[in-house]
Amino acid sequence: MNAGALPADAPILAVRRVSQTYRLRRQKLFAPPPMLKVLDSVSFDVRPGEAVGIVGESGAGKTTLTRILTGSERPEQGDVFFGGADIWSGDQELRRKFRRSVQVVLQNPRSSFDPRMRIGTSLLEPLRSLAIEGDHKARVLEVLDQVGLGQSALERFPHEFSGGQLQRIAIARALMPAPKVLIADEPVSALDVSIQAQVLNLITDLVKDLGLSLVLIAHDLSVVAYATSRVSVMSAGRIVERGKPLDLFVRPEAEATKNLVGAILSVEAGLAGRGLD
Amino acid sequence: MTGNAIEVHDLVVRSNEVTAVRGVSFTLPAGGRLGLVGESGSGKSMTALALMGLLPMGWRAEGSIVHDGVDLVTQSDKALSHRRGRTISMVFQDPLSALDPVRRVGRQISSVIRRHTDADMREAERQTLELVRQMNLPRPEQIVRAYPHELSGGQRQRIMIAMALACYPQLIIADEPTTALDVTVQKQVLRLLNSAVNERGSALLMITHDLPIIAALCDTVAVMYAGRIVETGPVAGVFRSPRHHYTRGLLESQPTMDNIALDGSSRLSSIPGMVPPLTNLPTGCAFHPRCPAATDRCRSAMPELTGETSRWACWHPIAATEEAATS
Repeated sequence: MNAGALPADAPILAVRRVSQTYRLRRQKLFAPPPMLKVLDSVSFDVRPGEAVGIVGESGAGKTTLTRILTGSERPEQGDVFFGGADIWSGDQELRRKFRRSVQVVLQNPRSSFDPRMRIGTSLLEPLRSLAIEGDHKARVLEVLDQVGLGQSALERFPHEFSGGQLQRIAIARALMPAPKVLIADEPVSALDVSIQAQVLNLITDLVKDLGLSLVLIAHDLSVVAYATSRVSVMSAGRIVERGKPLDLFVRPEAEATKNLVGAILSVEAGLAGRGLD
Repeated sequence: MTGNAIEVHDLVVRSNEVTAVRGVSFTLPAGGRLGLVGESGSGKSMTALALMGLLPMGWRAEGSIVHDGVDLVTQSDKALSHRRGRTISMVFQDPLSALDPVRRVGRQISSVIRRHTDADMREAERQTLELVRQMNLPRPEQIVRAYPHELSGGQRQRIMIAMALACYPQLIIADEPTTALDVTVQKQVLRLLNSAVNERGSALLMITHDLPIIAALCDTVAVMYAGRIVETGPVAGVFRSPRHHYTRGLLESQPTMDNIALDGSSRLSSIPGMVPPLTNLPTGCAFHPRCPAATDRCRSAMPELTGETSRWACWHPIAATEEAATS
């Protein structure tokens, strides 16, 4: 678990005052194209073994922050630290270590697998692209077992699996390079209700058993509350509130948090006749 | 038209390869609210499409669907198309693919009105503007001139609802109307749908996998699993005291804020296993491989719906709770 010679409570992954701007399509022939500030001086961190959540409406900047946390995008301003080292000013070796240590699970497993690639090959892909040596066959079987699937999955294709099984395989793929941080972007919202709980439980169990750090991104505060102990609320590119999930739920301060809490529908409220209040 | 918006008897929907709906019956009284709950592959959307006469190529409906004095199963495509938007209409999950991308949304609504009523162009446009105004859309005069891509997801769904309501249909079918929307917009759209349906006195068939939506909007619920209704009855009775193990499993796997541990160590209770594929349904009760109470009987014989106000299809139903027995 030790990411270097760091104190145990130092963040394993952190962004400091990160801003990102996207250039929009040109609207007038001779005017400069409009710019959209998607992240505005965001600071965020996760410590080893800790589970944190990010919630927000669509367009709040959650996905851009995810892309920066995984190193898929370099922020315009601000820094990204892995194990205390700045990944964008460090050397190749540091970025390589960072890339294998931070893995991601996306919302829709159907679109995150190559439909023509057998599951076995898909699972080996991260090891191949990250040039990791070792007994790959044994590693594949080990992670499949961790997500509760058998060896028979290896020879099959993505279309032969249900959404829930495929999301398990996506989690297995993320675990292949033995990461330290797992980033899950809406990992259950595309799944069936009876499967959502299974997959959410699987993620929280794995994170606990393997001692991983988890960053869980979702629009549903109650889903995040189940799996994490600290939540950041994003709105319009900024983190507008942080806190324990229950505190945010009971005493939301920021407008965006109030909106999210107000948007939660529950069976109990519905039966009491205030489902739409 | 008698007291019922729709009566479905023993509906079977199948293609040459698979059967998606395997004998579904329900009655929705005029002005009633029925919630059809199910996961993917439960047959809920196929049931809706059969009611609308919009089954995909190669699929056919058997049984009977009595609506407005006729059996829709025996009607010609032309008769059904004349009916859609007038006596039955549907709000689809994804308004972006249900709306015509190259026509202004106002035109799309007014053409529904012109098709089914004798209103002339100006009258139809006046009604359209009024409808759009009722949908709480800002600047309705500009909205009606917009193309679908110029509107937000919530605005587009409001346009869909306006279009569905335009001719005061007896029955509105809403298939997951808010799953494609942002969470914070979801409630607003549901509120709007609720009041709009109320004002017109239409019956609502709400199709969703989301139990809280059913609890908020419907008076009756039917839970579907693998093409059959496994439990049905008044929403309060079924949700407070589910008798089928699948219904209970669904209710218990809902994340709520009431029972969360402070350190994030809570676990959701979950239904083991997965939804069976239509091509390979289990024998007997289709839920038996995932059911904690399954016995040999469940593996060999399919249970039928039994019970009075609430009905369930289970050989080993959960005992009714005190609360439900009195309500």
